[in-house]
Amino acid sequence: MEKKKPTLALEMKEIELTIGKIMRVGVVLAAVFMLVGMGLFFINKGSGYPGATFPTTLTLIFQGTLHFKAYAYMMAGIFFLILTPVLRVIVSIYAFWKEKDFLYVYITSAVLFILIISYLIGHH
Amino acid sequence: MSNDILILLLIGLFAGTMGAILGLGGGIIITPIVTLALGLEIKYAIGASIIAVIATSSGATIAFLKDDVLNLRVAMFLEIATTIGAIAGAILTGVINSGFLYVLFGSLLVFSSWNMLRKLRAGQEVLQLTHPDKIATRFKLNDSYYDKNLKAKIDYQVEHIPTGLSIMFGAGLASGMLGIGSGAFKVMALDNAMKMPLKPASATSNLMMGVTAAASATVYFFNGSIRPDIAVPLALGILVGATIGSRIMQLLPSKIIRAVFIPVLLYLGLQMILKGTGVL
Repeated sequence: MEKKKPTLALEMKEIELTIGKIMRVGVVLAAVFMLVGMGLFFINKGSGYPGATFPTTLTLIFQGTLHFKAYAYMMAGIFFLILTPVLRVIVSIYAFWKEKDFLYVYITSAVLFILIISYLIGHH
Repeated sequence: MSNDILILLLIGLFAGTMGAILGLGGGIIITPIVTLALGLEIKYAIGASIIAVIATSSGATIAFLKDDVLNLRVAMFLEIATTIGAIAGAILTGVINSGFLYVLFGSLLVFSSWNMLRKLRAGQEVLQLTHPDKIATRFKLNDSYYDKNLKAKIDYQVEHIPTGLSIMFGAGLASGMLGIGSGAFKVMALDNAMKMPLKPASATSNLMMGVTAAASATVYFFNGSIRPDIAVPLALGILVGATIGSRIMQLLPSKIIRAVFIPVLLYLGLQMILKGTGVL
């Protein structure tokens, strides 16, 4: 037991650092899109959409970014932000698998599976 | 317009800092400001709160992972209960009387606030059992964290895992049905029931609430409840605030964080009870 403890802690540290790095990429990406959107809003003096409307489908958001519409970039940033916790769960599965902690590969996969179900129920 | 943006950035900065320190979502700060100060519909307040929770969670988690404060296994293990609870909540909306739930969960928070007070007086922060909890050992939930205030690595144990799981299920249920208490119930499960020290408890709650919120966030995103002009400045402010807060939290003595919790949980609990009984 005494001998096993340090390796367990070390393994955990590595997993945490990997997940932390990937989450930072996700958050920075989201923040960059939001900032570009805010910048476009002030440069173009408008959202790029009529009245108070804004794009809520991924297709419209993507098309809007091609035309440098402020709200399209802002919504894309928000969408990336929403994805960061999900990204964290996916990367965790990989990290636990790499460290051969299969118990936690199963537990984390179960969380991802339940998340997908809740997503499907929400869109029903 | 630019005035509103500045206000939202500042609110985000404050909510993110406090949220990262306490492991709470910041809905108590965001909702009244969006509805009362900016005069917007409640659905936009809920949309903004959900984004606030995710921004706080992701912003703070980066530092907490790097500095080895949170307990990733506990988070993953308990997330099974919160996500199932969230689904149950979504299904049961309209079946169970929400007034009853508000009173029930509100009372739990008041009790939790009293528990925090008791713990503050007792002054004991770290659980060290001579015979470690069997479930905790089986699932490798006992861990250590580095406390920057004490400048020491603290080994700790957790116990009462089934109680923790039950409260986490309730936390998922509450956020799925009522859209509230994303962080408060998680801190309650980790700190009150499982006896995790407050700093890893708050950091772990921070990590977990992002996942719970992400499940419902896409619904709000696609149905147009998340307004970019509100959510974006708020999220940017929160990301900066959470980065600051996650550093401040590690330097603070646990006692001070606990002292801040007592009135916050009491306020949250009373607010929910009043809402459930129809006074609010």
